[in-house]
Amino acid sequence: MQESSGRDLAVGGFVLLGLAAIAYLSLQIGGVSLGHEGGLVLVARFDDIGGLTPRSPVRVAGVKVGRVEQIDLDEDLRAKVILDVDPGLGLSIDTAAAIRTAGLLGDQFIALEPGAEDAYLESGEEFMFTESAWNVDALVGALVHGDATGEDD
Amino acid sequence: MKAVVGGLGRWVTESIAGLGEMTIFAGRIVRALWVPPARGALIRSALFDSGVLSLALVCASGLTVGFVLGLQLYNTLSRFGAEESLGTAVGLSLIRELGPVLTGLLVAGRAGSATTAEIGAMKATEQLDGLRMMAIDPVHFVVMPRAVALTLVMPLLSAVFVLCGIGGAYLIGVELLGLDSGSYLANLENAIQFREDVLQSLVKSLVFGLLLAWIATWRGFSCAPHAAGVSRATTSTVVTASVCILLADYALTALWAV
Repeated sequence: MQESSGRDLAVGGFVLLGLAAIAYLSLQIGGVSLGHEGGLVLVARFDDIGGLTPRSPVRVAGVKVGRVEQIDLDEDLRAKVILDVDPGLGLSIDTAAAIRTAGLLGDQFIALEPGAEDAYLESGEEFMFTESAWNVDALVGALVHGDATGEDD
Repeated sequence: MKAVVGGLGRWVTESIAGLGEMTIFAGRIVRALWVPPARGALIRSALFDSGVLSLALVCASGLTVGFVLGLQLYNTLSRFGAEESLGTAVGLSLIRELGPVLTGLLVAGRAGSATTAEIGAMKATEQLDGLRMMAIDPVHFVVMPRAVALTLVMPLLSAVFVLCGIGGAYLIGVELLGLDSGSYLANLENAIQFREDVLQSLVKSLVFGLLLAWIATWRGFSCAPHAAGVSRATTSTVVTASVCILLADYALTALWAV
């Protein structure tokens, strides 16, 4: 039994190491925020979401503040995107949501551009201004034909 | 013709009877969990044998797999100018599949076989009967601690394996091939989601641990009580557990995606 304490120490260290590895995977790499209960749920409607998918990041000034929860088609056949955003941000009601691309061919994300109003967006509310994804075909068409007709909204 | 049909029938009934015995055995292990005493010292000792002693193997394998993934994926991705996605590709493949599966196979070979051989040798030398003579349930005293240890060890080792792999790919991609360290880690963290990837990985490894614990202890407990029987049971543990882990991996992946 005299070697038992060293062995117990090894087992304890092993379990701690394993739990630390799981915690690192979940918290740092998996991005779990503890106590993530009351996320701000916002709705944005777009004519074209391009390659946006559920779990795409939502960013303000390039900093990740939330993610896309769900994408549906609404009654007017527009894309209804439900976002889950950090509730402590204080986004004004005239914040604009735009679909952007990281890099030239990178993943698409939603960029929020805060406005100037004093009132803040509440959970369940909708963005007043949205900007659809850049459509590469339309861009190439515009370049070739020279008619740089602006996009929607 | 009659012999063929009869043989088939016997094979089917024997298989079903075997499965039934295995299920009853699993029930006995689960019941042993609740029956006092808790056998803490025995569980710790089994954790040492199957966990601590497997750690070096798992770390080394994880690092090597990371090296290979880093090198292979970097070469492929750089053809498309997408080296930055190395973190994404390495992270997803390690966390979702390679981590749990390879750890499962490694632990089956390293600790599962040892468990079977140990229990089988105890049976062959009539130590299990000796325990029964002393009114000690061998399932409670011998099998349960080892089954608990094998099950618990798997998620822990799998997480260590995944981190070693990510580290290995980091060494190759960033230190050796000159990828930007920030983009490797940022892409990795962006691509990995807790519920879809990390939780799936943990559930997988836990299921593999349960399967391995069940198969390894049953094979040892039910082996023929002589040297050849022990050796056959040990081989059978590694083969059956490996195949079951791979099949369960497919099933879990398919279920999770639905």
